[in-house]
Order: sequence, then C-alpha cells, then structure tokens
Amino acid sequence: MAIDKFPVEATHIMMFARAIGDTNPIYSDAEYAKGTEVGAVIAPPTFVQASAQFDDQYPLRPMPGKPWFGSGKEATGLRKDPKGDGGGSGGGNGGGLHAEQHYEYHRPLRAGEVLTATNLALKTWEKEGRRGGKLLFSETTTEYRTVAGELVVTARGVGVRTEKVVESK
Amino acid sequence: MSLNASELKVGDSREVVVVDDLSRTQIVMYAGASGDYNPLHTDDKFTQEVAKYPSVFAHGMLSMGMTGRVLTDWVGDGRLTKYGVRFTKQVFPGATLTTTATVEAIRNEGGVNYADFMVVTKDQDGDAVITGTATARLD
Repeated sequence: MAIDKFPVEATHIMMFARAIGDTNPIYSDAEYAKGTEVGAVIAPPTFVQASAQFDDQYPLRPMPGKPWFGSGKEATGLRKDPKGDGGGSGGGNGGGLHAEQHYEYHRPLRAGEVLTATNLALKTWEKEGRRGGKLLFSETTTEYRTVAGELVVTARGVGVRTEKVVESK
Repeated sequence: MSLNASELKVGDSREVVVVDDLSRTQIVMYAGASGDYNPLHTDDKFTQEVAKYPSVFAHGMLSMGMTGRVLTDWVGDGRLTKYGVRFTKQVFPGATLTTTATVEAIRNEGGVNYADFMVVTKDQDGDAVITGTATARLD
C-alpha cells in the first residue's frame, strides 16, 4: 500500500469519531478547537487507519465491475473453485485477522492536512498453531508524512492468517 | 485540557465502559468511516456460511479506537506519543467492553515529562480483548 494523497478532512474525522463513540468536540467542533492547546480539529489516535479510503487498490473495498467476496445471491460473491474445495479463490475466507497495531505520534494530526502513506519493508514469520497448521504473521510499518516530508504518524500493524492444512497423500 | 505530571502518580487508574451491547450498526458505521469493508464485519451470511464464524464481529480497530478514548479523555487532546495494542479475543455484537488504563511510570526525558500507561479492555466475560500500552506527554 502506498497512498499518494490522504486528505485529512474534518467531516471524515467527525464520522470516524462517531463510529468509535467518541463525542469529544475536538473531533467535530472547529470553534471549540480554536480555543484549545492544539488549536484545530484533530484526528483521533487510530484515524490514520482510514487512509484505506484513499488506497486505489485496497482489497477490502468493493469496486464497481469487480467480483466481491462477500455475499449477494450466494454466500460468497466469488465463483467457486472448479477443483471444488468449496472455498472461493483469492480473498477466500476474508483473509487474516489483525493481531497487533502500534502507533507513534510525532505530533497531532490536524484536519485540513494532506498526508502520504508509504510502507516500509514487510516482515513475515511463521509459528505452529495450537490446533495444528501454521500461523503466518506479517508486519507492515507505514509512515504518514506531510507532502513536505514531515513525519506525523508511524504505524506498525501485525496480521495473522492460518495456512490451509494440505492433506498428505 | 492537559495534564500536569504532579496530577498523576504510578498506580492511578481509570475504568470506563466504552460500549454497552455493541450493535451491528456501530460496526457498520466503523466499516464506513474506516474504509475496511471486510464482509467478516458486516455480512452475516458470508461470515457464517463461508468463513464459519458464529456471526460478524467487530474490527479490532473499532475496539482499539474505543479504548483510545479512555486515554485521550484522561491525558488531553494531542498528548499521546505512543499507543499500541494486541488483539487477544474477537468481539461479537452484544459485547459490553470495559477499559482500564493504569499509570505504569512517570518519567522525565530530555526535560519533557511523560507518563506510561498500561491499558486493557475486557468483555462481559472478563476476558481481555485488547491489551496494550501508551505514552503521553505531560506538562
């Protein structure tokens, strides 16, 4: 994921704060925010996750004209694998789960700023699962910078998925 | 609204119910705001029949977001310098989540005061769904 332009907009912040049930006016009221230390509407600590909205290739957003793996007429929108194991192809069962998320805040992120997001090298490792099968971990570090290059937030996420157990013959 | 180092001591703690009876609709709101439309969070048919979970479940990031409010309400706006969590249990609709944040250390680094926090969010069964740490800059 690389995002060239992540506009941090006040309305988006308001909707995000509503979604996490946070009624702090610093996330919605510009007049109130003027009189505070930060001086403007700021983004809640986990807001940069919403940069996914500005990722052209984000796989967890349905795209017009492209198959989607959620349900429509069928429980999965993807055609069944002709080899017949019942699973969809590609995204399959919804992908992995989120195992960890860490943020470093270099300064408050304010409404009206425009950021870029750049992924640093991906790390992967494996662990034996408790119920058999491998657990595949992947860690991504993302730097959110202003267009001028100032680092605002560093995000590190760890995902985990189970490797499909391949039956031996 | 900011916090002075003299107002905090190690062991100080806050407990807040961050959501009572989590609704599917709130999960949908989070999907829309965050842009994470993974059907595991909003599409029961897919989640039960294809992914084989009992129902849709909340984004880990929704729980992290709700948990973060306890910290920002305490330390003030724009004061967090670090916030990180592990997701330890899935959160299903109907969940009631309670966050406890505890001061672990108060320190001065390069002339700046910081507080380190431990944070845990538990569900209605008393199981941790999130465990993590945070650091805030104090006056």
